[in-house]
Amino acid sequence: MAPKLPPTYPLEHSATTAAGSQAPTHHAPPRGLLRWLLTTNHKEIGSLYLIFSLIMFFIGGIFALVIRAELFQPGLQLVNPEFFNQMTTMHGLIMVFAAVMPAFTGLANWMIPLQIGAPDMALPRLNNFSFWLLPVAFTLLLSTLFMPGGGPNFGWTFYAPLSTTYAPPSTTFFILALHIAGISSILGAINIIATILNMRAPGMRMMDMPLFVWTWLITAFLLIAVMPVLAGVITMMLMDINFGTSFFSAAGGGDPVLFQHLFWFFGHPEVYIMILPAFGIVSVIIPTFARKPLFGYPSMVYATASIALLSFMVWAHHMFVVGLPLAAELFFMYSTMLIAVPTGVKIFNWITTLFRGSISFESPMLFSLAFVVLFTIGGFSGLMLAISPADFQYHDTYFVVAHFHYVLVPGAVFAIMAAVYYWLPKWTGHYPNERLAQWHFWLSVIGVNLTFFPMHFSGLAGMPRRIPDYALQFADFNMLSSLGAFLFGFSQLLFVLGVVLCVRGGKKAPAQAWEGAWDLEWTVPSPAPLHTFETPPVFKRPTP
Amino acid sequence: MRSLWRWIVSSSVFLSITSVHANGWNMPRGVTDVSGEIYGLHMTIFWICVVIGAVVFGAMFYSLFRYRHSKGAKSANFHEHTTVEIFWTTIPLLILVGMAVPATATLTKMYDASEADLDVMIIGQQWRWRYEYLGEEVAFTSNMSTPRAQISGEEGFGEHYLREVDEPLVLPINRKVRFLMTSDDVIHSWWVPELAVKQDTIPGFINENWVNINEPGIYRGQCAELCGIDHAFMPIVVHAMEEAEFDAWMVERKEAMKQEALGVDREWEMQELMARGETVFESICAACHQSEGQGAPPAFPALAGNARLIEDREWHIQTVINGVSGTAMPAFRNTLNPVELASVVTYTRNAWGNDTGDSVQPADIARRLAQ
Amino acid sequence: MNNQQQEIFEQSVGIRRTVGRSIAALVGMFAFAFALVPLYDAFCRLTGINGKVDTTAQAFVHESVDESRYVTVQFITRGSAGLPWKMDVETQQVRVHPGQPTEVDFTFSNQSDQSNWGRAVPSVSPSEASPHLRKMSCFCFAEQQLQAGEKLTIPLVFQLTHELPEEISTITLVYTLYPVKNRVSQLSSQQTQHAGGTI
Repeated sequence: MAPKLPPTYPLEHSATTAAGSQAPTHHAPPRGLLRWLLTTNHKEIGSLYLIFSLIMFFIGGIFALVIRAELFQPGLQLVNPEFFNQMTTMHGLIMVFAAVMPAFTGLANWMIPLQIGAPDMALPRLNNFSFWLLPVAFTLLLSTLFMPGGGPNFGWTFYAPLSTTYAPPSTTFFILALHIAGISSILGAINIIATILNMRAPGMRMMDMPLFVWTWLITAFLLIAVMPVLAGVITMMLMDINFGTSFFSAAGGGDPVLFQHLFWFFGHPEVYIMILPAFGIVSVIIPTFARKPLFGYPSMVYATASIALLSFMVWAHHMFVVGLPLAAELFFMYSTMLIAVPTGVKIFNWITTLFRGSISFESPMLFSLAFVVLFTIGGFSGLMLAISPADFQYHDTYFVVAHFHYVLVPGAVFAIMAAVYYWLPKWTGHYPNERLAQWHFWLSVIGVNLTFFPMHFSGLAGMPRRIPDYALQFADFNMLSSLGAFLFGFSQLLFVLGVVLCVRGGKKAPAQAWEGAWDLEWTVPSPAPLHTFETPPVFKRPTP
Repeated sequence: MRSLWRWIVSSSVFLSITSVHANGWNMPRGVTDVSGEIYGLHMTIFWICVVIGAVVFGAMFYSLFRYRHSKGAKSANFHEHTTVEIFWTTIPLLILVGMAVPATATLTKMYDASEADLDVMIIGQQWRWRYEYLGEEVAFTSNMSTPRAQISGEEGFGEHYLREVDEPLVLPINRKVRFLMTSDDVIHSWWVPELAVKQDTIPGFINENWVNINEPGIYRGQCAELCGIDHAFMPIVVHAMEEAEFDAWMVERKEAMKQEALGVDREWEMQELMARGETVFESICAACHQSEGQGAPPAFPALAGNARLIEDREWHIQTVINGVSGTAMPAFRNTLNPVELASVVTYTRNAWGNDTGDSVQPADIARRLAQ
Repeated sequence: MNNQQQEIFEQSVGIRRTVGRSIAALVGMFAFAFALVPLYDAFCRLTGINGKVDTTAQAFVHESVDESRYVTVQFITRGSAGLPWKMDVETQQVRVHPGQPTEVDFTFSNQSDQSNWGRAVPSVSPSEASPHLRKMSCFCFAEQQLQAGEKLTIPLVFQLTHELPEEISTITLVYTLYPVKNRVSQLSSQQTQHAGGTI
């Protein structure tokens, strides 16, 4: 897969200015720990986000393996139900808020300035602050596991009154941790919007931006719209728990269902916050390895925007069995089904990009192709779940667990891995070990499907989610899922190994590490120097 | 460490004898008209997805195979085609409309509010179900009957492990039964797949659903909404009977209700109260306070050696009768009769070395509740 | 160079404007979340979502009684943990015509030796019926205080509107008694404390 340097850059300025070799005019950065604590450089902060997210991915993964080990066979063998509930809750919270979201923010930090030709993020010091909030938030969250009464045990959706009146004492800390993580996301989003809107290279219009930048821009708007709602909900919980109000308690005139409305008003857009940047990544990688421009760039942008808009109108499809009136059930069923249209457009565009391309199968491409197939399977089960009458049978079963894991693991997580393999040459100056990456890929694909495909069946057969023990007819499917989970979990060690090896050495990568790649980031040397684009490049539209 | 070892050994044994239980991997067709329709919808949409999947993935894998770089494929350069894009936006829209029509019809049917022949109130409690036949003076609590020893692995699994109860909900076939659902504490969800009824029970609010069963039989389900520690252990068993059989059962059950409440006016012996109390404790209280009364603090306080319980008899009685607001301790005045209340209080005052030696008479409780 | 300085200046103005707008949007969305509480309440009452009932007395509307139609209204009373009260209703169900005013007596008795405050929280099923249930007088409008051993009978006066959807033949009214905690004594019993800011 030796990539050949094409003769021309899409840029006018020379590589030397882009390299911007650390001129002596730059003040000497502090060394050691302090350097990382105080850094305002988008690349270093991006790396911090990615490393943090990787650690959290493993912590959340260990929780998942505790769950799967207990569910390996019927009966209670390893943990008690109380701890099991804490594990399901923590697994969800950590994976959503500490693994997937920071990973995307990390990629945004690294790549958005490089892709739009900006020297750094718009607000570098704020950037540092929003990263360092995360370790604080999640140390606090994890510490609740050791508090008297245990950590949060009410599921990552923390429905009231289980999470208010009936919650363990540590819930106040859970709320605080979520507030801090929320502030971090919000600050990150403001920074990304400010960067994209104001710091594009001269000549680069909005409709010239790589799709990763576009999807992140839309994601950042979603974050700004819904993170304050989450903050509002948890503030109400805090008041119900500590100050005697009753927002969510019927006893004082409140309503537990109101909690669910508010939560899912945040929660559904949140789901898209975790998938839109993945769409962007895949839309950047597939054209590269198909050596052909992305099919339907404008429709990709419009589809992403319509998915984001629709996400505000579908929240109650998570609540089909709480006793909504018929009119509401119908409205939310129709609006949810409608999401299939822009999502379909995206999938068709990716496939048409492949059509009549010149396709090679390096690891980033493999992960992206697996994304397209497996995300689509998750989309199909999503369509089934949208059918409200059928959802009366699917709701809160393992069918739902299968659905959202298909869109989040081989969806969001695979896209993140594809992005890492894709941009590692730019970050480290070395290609990752392709053999290792292929092993990682195939084991992950087998592991993921072995874990989550049988869950469709256990759910349809009647197994509810969030139970530590189950009736005997679900035993076979659960055993398969557990085996798959351990396979998937341990294969991720190969990923870490691959990344570590790549940082330490490997085949040298040129500035344009992939033959078919042509976005701005491939015009700066590999590894990208600490400071890039200090003189803005002049963007030249590629002429196909 | 011992439990880990036991886990490894039993797992390997289990692995070799497994695969006998795989008797279902699809949604059941169920035994009501609605459940049949839902099953039909489910299968229709499933096959539509399969067909779309075959076309989409077919095109994808064809391209991947046909246009390999390694086979010297030269890439084309097209990147838009308006007709095609309009085509694949409208076709899915039409397919969706095709799905929405039957789905709307089924949903409308599920929301049918016509008069029912029987009303049953279903109340979720941490972690049991209570059924009240409205206007019939019949009400009872349905607890999981799987012994805890099976869950912990000290005994082998029974046939209906975790899906068996001490008293099932009995319903007639061919009659419209309306369910009114609510909860005493957190949100639960009452679900029996064969009946295609899944409905959240929400504290302070009432939800409605209905069922008209076509075939007699025993149908099993369980709570579907996370409701705390024993969420996995609140099964539902519905026993659907021929109408005549059901009517006979109802008469019999009413008589039994009267028998159970009998004896309020007489003086009870200590042993009698203790024996009855132990039964009540095991079926109702042990899930939280544990069978040795050791509890699971901080959520579930210990009863054995509980100083306040031993010293303050009045407080003890009041707590059992009226419950504690905002905890899993319900007001048992609503669900237990005076004999059961008196005996369970007596039992907890004297079991596991509490040995207060005093007893509570059913007549005393009845007087408190009669005012 | 002047040109470049100009660009940098414009850029920082742009960034400041973006940040300002984002923060305005944030504050707006946070406020919106809280505004949703009373909005949701009002919306529920209007549409009957969740079986919520208007908890303020409505005026009796003189309209003809639709004698062609009977509707069954069921009453269910429930207790809850922490309140030693009993609530009884004189009849478990009545059959009424739309438009016909009906009175049903509910009896509350405090079975403890202390006075305490309680409140009956209403819920109606099917929820589509609740906007068509006009309550002229109801104990659920207010918190109640009962002295030790006190017994109190309060009537519920209601009327069903003519617009009640045809297909609804049975309406169930459930009252759940809840203890009132931390009651501020100077509040008159007519004022209900509601976190959402609505009464």
